[in-house]
Amino acid sequence: MSVQYYLYLSAVLFSIGSVGVLVRRNAIVVFMCIELMLNAVNLTLVTFARVNGSLDGQIIAFFVMVVAAAEVVIGLAIIMSIFRARRSASVDDANLLKY
Amino acid sequence: MTGALLAAAGDTSTHEAVIFWILGPLSVLAALGLVLVRSAVHAAMLLAVVMMSLAAFYTAEAAPFLAVVQVVVYTGAVLMLFLFVLMLIGVDSTDSLVETLRGQRVAGTVVGLGFAVLLVIALAGTLGSFHARGVGVAEDGKGNVVAIAELLFSRYVFAFEATSALLITAGLGAMVLAHRERTEPRLTQQERMRERALRGGAAMAPLPGPGVYADHDAIDTPALLPDGGVAAGSVPDYLQVSGARPHVDDAERELER
Repeated sequence: MSVQYYLYLSAVLFSIGSVGVLVRRNAIVVFMCIELMLNAVNLTLVTFARVNGSLDGQIIAFFVMVVAAAEVVIGLAIIMSIFRARRSASVDDANLLKY
Repeated sequence: MTGALLAAAGDTSTHEAVIFWILGPLSVLAALGLVLVRSAVHAAMLLAVVMMSLAAFYTAEAAPFLAVVQVVVYTGAVLMLFLFVLMLIGVDSTDSLVETLRGQRVAGTVVGLGFAVLLVIALAGTLGSFHARGVGVAEDGKGNVVAIAELLFSRYVFAFEATSALLITAGLGAMVLAHRERTEPRLTQQERMRERALRGGAAMAPLPGPGVYADHDAIDTPALLPDGGVAAGSVPDYLQVSGARPHVDDAERELER
C-alpha cells in the first residue's frame, strides 16, 4: 500500500462533500458537508506532513480544526436566528436579499 | 505499536493497509450516505462514522495528537453542537424535494463528479510513486505531542495567539446571534387561561395523561376515551411525527379485535 491512497481517499471525500453542498437544501446538512470537506483537507495535510517528514502539516491541520470549531459555532447560531425569523432551515427560504 | 513506528519512519505496514482498506471504503460509503439520506439526524450519525475513521487514519499516519483532537473536538464537540441545533429547530426538518432552480441537482452532481475525476487524474499524473520520509525525522525521538508543542509555541506562536482571539470572537458572536430581546412583557398564567377560554375549543383542564387503562407507563402510551378510542393529545406530537408509537398502534389493534 502506498501513502498516495490517502490522498485519493481525501480527494473523493472532498468531492462528495462539495456535491453535498451543491445539492442539499437543509442548511445544517450543508454545514455537515462543509465539515466533511474540511476533514478531507486535514487528511491531505497529515499525509503530506508524513511524506515531507515535517510536522508543519499536522500543525496546520490542528489550526484548521480550531477554525472549523469557531465556524460551526457562528454558522449554527446564524442558522438558528434564520430559523427563528422564517421557521425554516432550508437555504432556499433565506432570500430576503434577492432582487 | 510497530505500525505506528513504521508510519513515523515513513513506510506503510500491513496493519496500516488493513486499517485503510476496511475504514477507507466505510468512510466513503458513510460520506455518500451523508449526501443521500433525508433525515438530518442520520446524516449527523454518518458524519460521525467518517470522523472516527479519519481519527483512525491519523493514528495510522503517526499523528496520535491529531487523532485525539479529532475525536474530542470534532466528534465530541462539533457534532454534538450539530445535534443540539437539530433538536432546537426540529428533528423532522427534512429536505424539500422542490427544485427552485431547474436541473440544479443534476448539475451539482455532474460538477462534483467532474471535480473528483479532475482531482484523481491530477494526483495520479503529478505524484507518481514517491517514498514517504515519515514524521519521525521531525520528531527527533521526542514523541509526537512534544514535537508539536515545541513547534506550536515557537514558530506558530502568533497563529496560536490569533486563534485565541478568534475563539473569543466566535463565542461572543454566538451569544449575540442567539440572544433575543423580549419585546413584550411575559404573559402571566391568568392571562394565558383567559386567552385560552376566549379562543374556545381548547381543553381547559390539563391534557389527558398517558397510559389510562394501558399496560405501559411510557410517554408514547395513549390515554383511552370512555368509548375505547385513543384520546387526541395524550401522546406528544413529535412521537407521532417520527412514527415511533408502538403502544398507540398496539392499542388501536387491540380495539379493532
